[in-house]
Amino acid sequence: MLEVEGLTTQYGAVRAVDGVSLEVPEGSVTAVLGANGAGKTSLLRTITGLVPAQAGRVVFAGEDITRLAVEEIVRRGVAHVPEGRGVIAELTVAENLKLGGLWRGRGAAPAEEIYELFPRLDERRRQPASRLSGGERQMLSIGRALMGRPRVLLLDEPSLGLAPVIVAQIMGMIRTLADTLGLAVLLVEQNARSALSIANRGIVLNLGRVVADQEPHELAADERLRHAYLGF
Amino acid sequence: MTKFIDLTLSGISTGAVYAAVALALVLIWRATRIVNFAQGAMLMITTFIASAVISSTGSYWLGFAVALVSGLVFGAVVERVLIRPVEGAPPLNAVILTLGLYTLLVAIAGMIWGSTPRSFPAAFSLRGYDVGGTRLLFTPNDTFTVLVVIAVAVVLALLFRATSLGLQMRAAAFAPEVARLLGVRVGRMFTLGWALAAVAGALAGVLVAPAVFLGPNSFDPILISGFVAAVLGGLDSPPGAVLGGLLLGVALSYVSGYEGSSLVPLAALVILVVVLMVRPSGLFSATEERRV
Repeated sequence: MLEVEGLTTQYGAVRAVDGVSLEVPEGSVTAVLGANGAGKTSLLRTITGLVPAQAGRVVFAGEDITRLAVEEIVRRGVAHVPEGRGVIAELTVAENLKLGGLWRGRGAAPAEEIYELFPRLDERRRQPASRLSGGERQMLSIGRALMGRPRVLLLDEPSLGLAPVIVAQIMGMIRTLADTLGLAVLLVEQNARSALSIANRGIVLNLGRVVADQEPHELAADERLRHAYLGF
Repeated sequence: MTKFIDLTLSGISTGAVYAAVALALVLIWRATRIVNFAQGAMLMITTFIASAVISSTGSYWLGFAVALVSGLVFGAVVERVLIRPVEGAPPLNAVILTLGLYTLLVAIAGMIWGSTPRSFPAAFSLRGYDVGGTRLLFTPNDTFTVLVVIAVAVVLALLFRATSLGLQMRAAAFAPEVARLLGVRVGRMFTLGWALAAVAGALAGVLVAPAVFLGPNSFDPILISGFVAAVLGGLDSPPGAVLGGLLLGVALSYVSGYEGSSLVPLAALVILVVVLMVRPSGLFSATEERRV
């Protein structure tokens, strides 16, 4: 569904993403792991065009989308849930959700579907998003991305700052979304253990380069990788 | 007592014009975080265009409509041609550009239409209402001014609060990057914001022109009052801009009526300084929510 080939991004003299290749098939979760500054966020930002790619290609459903504008990439069905959750605090929960489906027009998911998935949001429809807790913001952010019925979901550190119970809940939700909707999920995480628990494939980045691309159980079993890059 | 009523009513009428100018400034500030110093010159140009249409066709309403439409186009063109290239650069760049545009437009207007102010027709009678034998200063044209500004404010509020387009415009203003990630065509929303702002400005121009006469620099004081009104309202909130405009209009009307009109510019500046010292976020702003 989503293929990345030799993607390179440079900020000044720093190569944040350096020749990264990966693949996210339909209905699967690919976890991208690594320490702070490994290039994980830059990778996602390059895929959706927020920063320009220096070299390489991003191919979505057979189409090269590398040079398209952010809005056009999103409008093809690539949803990106940014780090720090990205809910618009000034808008209400309902407005945030609605915004996510507008580009789809009539093809958007009904908001009720999202409220069913996240009942906590249902109770808070009319409140400004600034009143939500961290976990609720994460749910709103994911729910909002789902409003446009995307085919690819890019998630940037959904576990950041959340209690372990909530992290487990969110991870379970992500797995379910991949399985039931056939979403191709690219999950960027520092929390390697919980990401690998739901992933079909694990990729480790270091200084912008892919240092491992393996089955999750192989990664978890590799003592050297775990100590050097994953911190568990 | 009659004097008080007179001053209050005429204050509301000039306040409505300040409100329209304040709306123009606030819409652009919200969308792109730029104070548009060219606003006064832009509405001067659209009012000159209206004047030309009125004198050649004899129809006030045609001129009125042309002013609003040319404002719409003008605002969009300025955003696309002038502001877009410096988007993402420090906001000061764009502010300097608007200052340059101001100078350019005033010079062009002087070259085309000369610098002697000319009269501009009013939509309705300028004779005050007769109430129980006394003639008020408030005229049918003032009624029109107040109603049309309120109508524009209500339409804008409905656009922002009740339509998908307004939701996208708000999202683009609050969080442009997140909005783009949700498929909002943020560039178009900015252009539309500038266009709508210029319409509000053009409206203020044709409404106030009968009182100030029409010349390249006639509208500079209105822009200053509009700016003070916008700051009163919090610079960020369209309803705040309207309330700020009306409040300022009435306050300055009292100053002018009871203390003398020469004190008006000074009073406007004093109000500006006091508001900035006591409540820098404006009297009606929703800043508490924004800061979270």
